[in-house]
Amino acid sequence: MILSGAQILWECLVREGVDVVFGYPGGCILPAYDAMLSYPVRHVLVRHEQGAAHMADGYARASGKVGVAIATSGPGATNLVTGIANAMLDSIPTVFITGQVSSHLLGTDAFQETDVTGITLPITKHNALVMRAQDVAQTLREAFEIARSGRPGPVLVDICKDAQQGKTEFVWPESVSLPGLRAPQPPCAADLECAAEMIARAERPLILAGQGVLRSGAMQALQAFAERTSSPVALTLLGLGGFPASHPLSLGMMGMHGEAYVNTAIQNADLLLAFGMRFDDRVTGNLKTYAPHAKKIHVEIDRSEIGKNVPVDLGIAADLRATLEGLLAIVGEKRHEAWFRSIGAGREETRSRDIIHQPDSGNLYAAHVIHDLWEATGGNAIVVTDVGQHQMWEAQYYPHERPRSLITSGGLGTMGFALPAAIGAKFAQPEAEVWVVAGDGGFQMTQAELATLRQEGLDIKIAIVNNGYLGMVRQWQEFFYDKRYAATPMLSPDFVKLAEAYGIEGHRVTRRDEVVPTVAAARRSGAPVLIDFRVVKEEAVYPMVPAGANLDAMIRRPVTEGVPA
Amino acid sequence: MKHTLVARVQDEPGVLNRVASLFRRRAFNIDSLTVGGSEMANFSRMTIVVDTARADARLVEENLRKLMPVAEVRDVTALPTVDRDLALIKVRCEDAGRAELAQLVEIFRGRIVDVAADSVIVEITGDATKVDGLVELLRPRGILEMVRTGKLAMLRGTVPVAS
Repeated sequence: MILSGAQILWECLVREGVDVVFGYPGGCILPAYDAMLSYPVRHVLVRHEQGAAHMADGYARASGKVGVAIATSGPGATNLVTGIANAMLDSIPTVFITGQVSSHLLGTDAFQETDVTGITLPITKHNALVMRAQDVAQTLREAFEIARSGRPGPVLVDICKDAQQGKTEFVWPESVSLPGLRAPQPPCAADLECAAEMIARAERPLILAGQGVLRSGAMQALQAFAERTSSPVALTLLGLGGFPASHPLSLGMMGMHGEAYVNTAIQNADLLLAFGMRFDDRVTGNLKTYAPHAKKIHVEIDRSEIGKNVPVDLGIAADLRATLEGLLAIVGEKRHEAWFRSIGAGREETRSRDIIHQPDSGNLYAAHVIHDLWEATGGNAIVVTDVGQHQMWEAQYYPHERPRSLITSGGLGTMGFALPAAIGAKFAQPEAEVWVVAGDGGFQMTQAELATLRQEGLDIKIAIVNNGYLGMVRQWQEFFYDKRYAATPMLSPDFVKLAEAYGIEGHRVTRRDEVVPTVAAARRSGAPVLIDFRVVKEEAVYPMVPAGANLDAMIRRPVTEGVPA
Repeated sequence: MKHTLVARVQDEPGVLNRVASLFRRRAFNIDSLTVGGSEMANFSRMTIVVDTARADARLVEENLRKLMPVAEVRDVTALPTVDRDLALIKVRCEDAGRAELAQLVEIFRGRIVDVAADSVIVEITGDATKVDGLVELLRPRGILEMVRTGKLAMLRGTVPVAS
């Protein structure tokens, strides 16, 4: 079958099971857009290519499939960059397709030419420049395979305009073989035996579970393992949902804004079982004093993560689910009553400090908004957050029971992520209730995607936690820069009117007793709704481990007896 | 400490860039990097010397293995290898001193490969210490130009690079 490179592109996407792509047309990708009309792939027109990248990312996180974004050369491609870096840092399987100037113009600084494979080299798992139509199929086949294999990640394919226009025989490559594409090895028996012995000897074991749990589908195996060995489970931000929050063994989030008893437990543990996580600086604090009493077992599919930040006693570079299933076959039952009692005491102390348990003072706190949103949605929504204080409050006050129910930008911390990522997530799970939770700062970075939401007729609810500041930066200024609020007070538009301008229903909430009814009404409406929650302006996320400090050296919420929140 | 890694990589555009970019991004310090043909068509061979005062050599190796065009990587630092470095050294030399210079170069099993009125080009092959030794002896005579390949390494015996 003789086809153009552009037709081959869509033939490949259809064969890879792609049913929706997020993109923006332009000169060098025009042949691909023209060919698109004949293929059963839905195209979502974004308002900025960064939005397309985050939509592909959100789609991938909510579906487990590869997300695809498409853009033209030059500025179209460079606008994708933030979203590509975001997918790289969080290991999200994505394929980015960019148009490029015709091959004979490469290197001439032609109109809208940029070296996008050069630019994205350090922020992609792999990338490729395609100069001939006959290379389109092979390159795309490889791109999808690379994106989803092993530790997933973004792959960019830059296709010259003449390669899209050129005609060639289309042959679908049945398999790919790349030297660097190595099939994950099963865990070796000796390592499993060694781990089982360490687990049998441990008296204060603790599991650190990360996104690897979700990626390898190890939720059930993790639960069985934790129960069998009586190991409490602390989660990374991206691991939330990988272990049910209501489970008695669940501790919640660890790290910079993890609860004090969680971080204290990590520091006191005698065995850390790190499952599919990478000891990011936001979860370890000072590496020199991190978990000083603990032997460490690290199960991670990416070998280069083992020993990168934290030296470990046993590293297992293998699929997490296979490893846990291997361990379940050989580990025995354990009970750790004393260990649970010591963690439980800290948990009670944390509860007493929690703002949620303070009487209502008439002020609207962000924590209240998130907590009440959780209650009103029965904890069943897919929550897509932006980056900053509201993101940490979401992690603290919206317990997640299921995988893929929290979608958030972890490693890169990309403001502007939430709205476009939620659009992607809604395409992945059309039946799910999807809530954007964003700050007033981050929301304004990509708010133009409200038009995309409207054009696509999507039912997404938006909660803006509006405190008139770039809140997390303001918090750092409060704690570490003597309250000198440089460039953090922020004027926002009237979000209710803004929503209305886009044809979206808008509401403003200023009192706590309005939260539940407004959320309930939004849930009933069957159409997108934006709610502007005007929360207390100068509130901090507690507790907080200052960057680089010891993990248990936390700034705690000040509690004054008798003074309500 | 210096570590020597040997890698076999697919011979394709941009592969050197991918390797160099990795070292830069991860702040691994490259001492030398040579790249050239190998026994297999479509594959190049790299010898990379890294100073791992900062980075663990194993992490360098594991990160290289993640690059799609990289077929094999091995740290050969602690293994028996033949190491070679080739240098071309242009030295100031008038007619009068040429015979003496030739003798000196001969002791190092080097060769004079070009002669001009007031300079010669010396070619020397050997491990880095031997090349360094000759360079130091030639320096007082006036080295006008020098180019070195950096280290090439090959395991002794029949053990293949693939580990």
